[in-house]
Amino acid sequence: MPEDPSTQPRPEHVTLFATCMVDQLAPGVGESTVEVLEYLGLEVDFLDDQTCCAQPAFNSGFRSEALPVARRFVELFEKVEGPIVVPSGSCAAMVRNYYRDLFRDDPDLVERARRVGDRLYEFTEFIDRFFGNDAITGRVNDTATYHKCCHLIRELGVDGPPLELLENVDGLEMRPLERADVCCGFGGAFSVKMADISSAILDEKLDNIEAAGVNTVIAADTGCIYQMQGGLRRRGSDVQVVHIAEILAKSISGPAQTGTRAR
Amino acid sequence: MKPETTQFRVKAAATLDNKTVLQSLEHVYTGFHEGRLTAAADTPNWEELRTKGKAIKDHTIAHLDYYLGLLADNVEKNGGHVFFAEDAAEAREHVVKLAHDRNVKTVIKSKSMVSEEMALADALIDAGIEAVETDLGEYIIQLAGETPYHLIAPAIHKSREDVAALLDDDFKNGDPVPGADELTMLARAKLRAVFERADMSVTGVNFAVAESGSIALVTNEGNGRMSTSVPRIHVAVMGMEKIVPSIQDLSTMLRILIRSATGQRITSYITMVNGPRKPDEEEGPEEFHLVIMNNGRDKLLADPQMRESLNCIRCGACLNACPVYRKVGGHAYGWVYPGPIGSVVSPVMTGLKDAHDLPNASSLCGACHEVCPVKINIPRMLLELRWRAAEGKSDSRERASSVKERMLWKSWRIGMMGRRRFDLGARISRWLLRPMSKRGWIKKAPPPLSGWTTTRDFPLAASKSLKQRLADRKKPGGTNRDRP
Repeated sequence: MPEDPSTQPRPEHVTLFATCMVDQLAPGVGESTVEVLEYLGLEVDFLDDQTCCAQPAFNSGFRSEALPVARRFVELFEKVEGPIVVPSGSCAAMVRNYYRDLFRDDPDLVERARRVGDRLYEFTEFIDRFFGNDAITGRVNDTATYHKCCHLIRELGVDGPPLELLENVDGLEMRPLERADVCCGFGGAFSVKMADISSAILDEKLDNIEAAGVNTVIAADTGCIYQMQGGLRRRGSDVQVVHIAEILAKSISGPAQTGTRAR
Repeated sequence: MKPETTQFRVKAAATLDNKTVLQSLEHVYTGFHEGRLTAAADTPNWEELRTKGKAIKDHTIAHLDYYLGLLADNVEKNGGHVFFAEDAAEAREHVVKLAHDRNVKTVIKSKSMVSEEMALADALIDAGIEAVETDLGEYIIQLAGETPYHLIAPAIHKSREDVAALLDDDFKNGDPVPGADELTMLARAKLRAVFERADMSVTGVNFAVAESGSIALVTNEGNGRMSTSVPRIHVAVMGMEKIVPSIQDLSTMLRILIRSATGQRITSYITMVNGPRKPDEEEGPEEFHLVIMNNGRDKLLADPQMRESLNCIRCGACLNACPVYRKVGGHAYGWVYPGPIGSVVSPVMTGLKDAHDLPNASSLCGACHEVCPVKINIPRMLLELRWRAAEGKSDSRERASSVKERMLWKSWRIGMMGRRRFDLGARISRWLLRPMSKRGWIKKAPPPLSGWTTTRDFPLAASKSLKQRLADRKKPGGTNRDRP
């Protein structure tokens, strides 16, 4: 249930969990996330020891390989206090919804993971919850559409906030995307292991993107972004797929917005 | 039905290449899925009903032995006969023997997935008995010599032309294709004669009500009602999980089943059968038999991680919502139950070793969980089965992963257990892939990424990790703006 952000005590400090993909493949997304959080007046901490939440191995069934990596994640992040922000619904869902399955033979670890998970938020969920979806009022001149990443909407139940955040960006014309909540076909290892099926699902998504007539597709998970961008590039399309943090960071970086911090 | 779950990849690939079938599969989304969305939105207490439905099923499955006993007692009190079949073969032999002993010449079948498990129609035909499917979709499938493609729309993959060729003996390729109404009337005329001469019917069971010993059938064509009233013997076959405690529970389950299946508020027919004709009644069968089949369901029941799958009421909503089902079709799954629920129950009921591709054929998008009327967490169970297939921890015979795969994930774990290794891994991948890349993207990558690059460009690891970039940013005058 979304809570009224005005009644939530606003944190002053957050810890970023970048995710392995953002850290090594898309650091720009991580920096954008930091920029937006700083714009909201937050001090952002980055734990240098972080690697991965262990979702890739867990989803592939290799739980004995995933377990030490996930335990390492819990041990690392339980050392810091305050909210942990993740620019990925999928990695947030791994910690919040699936660590309990991975750790099920160790009730103590389940409890420790729950305590970390309780203060771990996906990026747009965090902004909406503590600052409200009108907290960022920047400007980007673009025509875009929004793809609803599966784990964000179905595992975390975060459906409205990303679009509401985008609607508050001046100059950004949002166009509807047919079947926006249907999977792009990524699915982690599935995209490689069952590449033909993954690609067929992607094709339907790309047809809908092309029909939307936009320059930019906005999404909230790096895996889905590379799936769609990789497919669009192969089609010879110029449409860019970006993370919502990138659009929001861009919207507040223009000269007109200097000094318009939220607080 | 003999499982062919090992054929998943081959059959999936065939569907991916079949534009006509893919076009037909669109209907499960635009028809059923969107219909379900509308029906759910129009039902004010929809979420409450789902929660209630789940609670009813959880309770029933937790006390299954009790409710099965109660059901059997009440069916017998109503004058019916109950047979518990350990497996499909036992159930099949029982029904064939029943037909044989009672000198049955013609059996009409109404839709039943359990009878597909039993491969019953073929067994009856082999025993020299005429056995005809009377659900229109099932009839088409029987004429085509195939198995159902979908839980509630068995012939969804057949085009109107396909159907015309099957139903109309005079139809030739290139002829103008008759309309759906015309084709239906053609089938109706053919089936009517069979109904009239049938001396036994076999139906499925949507729900069996324990407290009253009745069975409920949900149909749209009226063939269920004909089947349960015209022939002198009625045999109903059910999986042992298809049971609800009371009539009140039945009303909840019918509401969520029908809306989830077709998007209707109510089907054209809901048939309740309370045993054979009573002495003071004028119509109805002389004999009523209920066959309750296990066939591997006890494995699901005994498995705390998989038990929830017995809550399934076979509405097909998870198939309609599933992006994978809509691309690979129903036959790819290789056994009676296709789609997400099939990927969960088939591996346990028929063997994970052969069926390990099924739980892996999912992007884990969660659409199945989202639409399930009884909220079965299918993704969670797919992950459970992936684990068993990858590592064989609970049963080493189930392990289906290759040495290469196991080595890959072992190295992945080593790489993720320390930040320096993690950075080093990214550097090495960049160094290896960079010669193949152009402006940060790779068109053709070596295995294990080659599958990706057949249809998609793959991104090269960044020149600097986020950790480095954030460190640079903190340096005086440091900024990374406008860097790719």
